[in-house]
Amino acid sequence: MLYDLLIDPFTLGFMRRALAGCLALSLAAPPLGVFLTIRRMSLTADVLQHGILPGVAIGAIFGGLSIWWMGAGGLLAGLLVALLAGAISRATEGREDSGFAGVYLLALAAGVALATRQRGIDLAHLLFGSVLAVDNAALVLMASVASLALIGLALIWRGLVLESLDPLFLRAIGKGRAGAAFHAFFMLLVVLCVVGGFAALGTLMSVGLMMLPAIAARHWSARLSGQVGASVVIALASSTLGLLLSFHANLPAGPAILLVAGGVWLASVAFGPEESVRARIAIRSRD
Amino acid sequence: MGAVSLILHKIACRHRHKLVLEDVSAAFGPGLTAIAGANGAGKTTLLRAIAGLHPLASGHIEGNENPARLGFLPQHTEIDRRFPLSCRDFAALGAWSRVGTFSAIPAAESDRIAAAFARMGIADLASRPIARLSSGQFQRLMFARLIVQDTPIMLLDEPFTAVDTATESVLIDQLLAWRDEGRVVVAVLHDHDMIRAFFPNTLLLGRGPAEFGPSSSVLAVEHRFTRSAA
Repeated sequence: MLYDLLIDPFTLGFMRRALAGCLALSLAAPPLGVFLTIRRMSLTADVLQHGILPGVAIGAIFGGLSIWWMGAGGLLAGLLVALLAGAISRATEGREDSGFAGVYLLALAAGVALATRQRGIDLAHLLFGSVLAVDNAALVLMASVASLALIGLALIWRGLVLESLDPLFLRAIGKGRAGAAFHAFFMLLVVLCVVGGFAALGTLMSVGLMMLPAIAARHWSARLSGQVGASVVIALASSTLGLLLSFHANLPAGPAILLVAGGVWLASVAFGPEESVRARIAIRSRD
Repeated sequence: MGAVSLILHKIACRHRHKLVLEDVSAAFGPGLTAIAGANGAGKTTLLRAIAGLHPLASGHIEGNENPARLGFLPQHTEIDRRFPLSCRDFAALGAWSRVGTFSAIPAAESDRIAAAFARMGIADLASRPIARLSSGQFQRLMFARLIVQDTPIMLLDEPFTAVDTATESVLIDQLLAWRDEGRVVVAVLHDHDMIRAFFPNTLLLGRGPAEFGPSSSVLAVEHRFTRSAA
């Protein structure tokens, strides 16, 4: 019974590939999400995931349903949108939300329009992901992206912490350019992970595995390393349980994984040790 | 420390196209100097210009060419204190100029950090997250980071705002220690009694030309014209 529920689905090749890919992403994407949340850039992640859709669709028009063509298109579009988002942030001095909304609505519309004009593209798979889409090529893409992102984040960790916490400090000690480089490299890693996630999770959901575990992790530790660790654990569990949910309830993989991660987030908001509803009530009753 | 000084030559700065500083000249030698003036007079802009964080519209500054010699304390609202970082890690960032991005923190730097915490009376807070500090404790931590930076020039933007009196006296002791070590300390301040008590020289910004000289005479003049001693 328990075997049928938990183990049997993964005897199927496509489920194993989807699991391996999602676990790989779970190691790399949530730490980036933690940095996005503490930099108050959660909206940027939304903009990026919608931003890659037109690129993915154009890649599919040129190269068919090859993951490399779609990935390359998504990567280019993502980098372009990241630059655009940065320019909007600077031009509006931080009041970027309306500009961001404009960009991602436009990108979403353009992407859907492009994808529907192309025969053979299943729009639902593109938007919501499919475990069936994780073939060997997609698995290699996800694993490579995850490895790159992990190593890259380890390299820039200290610089990124300082640049996120106190960008003025780096400029004041004459390292403003290094600060800008840390930021740009970080955005590159985020775009890579968004592209890595779309095959399994879909472009509408690909930042879900990055953001939901990250915002849930805020309620489990007051330390950066603790939050990063918690986010990875939550993502690993959500990926596994989400794929099982997807299998048994016949749901697309993206929504299934995100439903589990979202449930963990809600539980964390309510019961986590840090800044949760429970913690607030405890403080109030102590006073 | 050698003969360190900062010299402003007729500098002007714009903030959003509006000229906020014009024709400001002064020479800050070793010891304590205050920058005073009403709100909007350009005090923070001037301090940032000296720190190389705000472009000059005209004029030039001598002595700030090497950013690694400048310590800068921003206003206390500038840093997001919900950031998940321990006090020790926060102060360790002050060693950036010497340690860089990739190396481990050497033992000498750890000792320096511990000494700075002891100096500021926050040794017991080293492993606490910065989110759990009071304003006064956080300002002590900011000073600890400056001590770790160990720069010959210290630029402080309203160092005593929102701190308790116990912290204020710890911070003042540190300013006096820096003065005795021959460092150049320039602070933006509102409290004229504080300036008269500890800062021999003042640069006063406001309507009309900036005035620079002994605090007692510069501040007496302002009092006569504006009565805006805050």
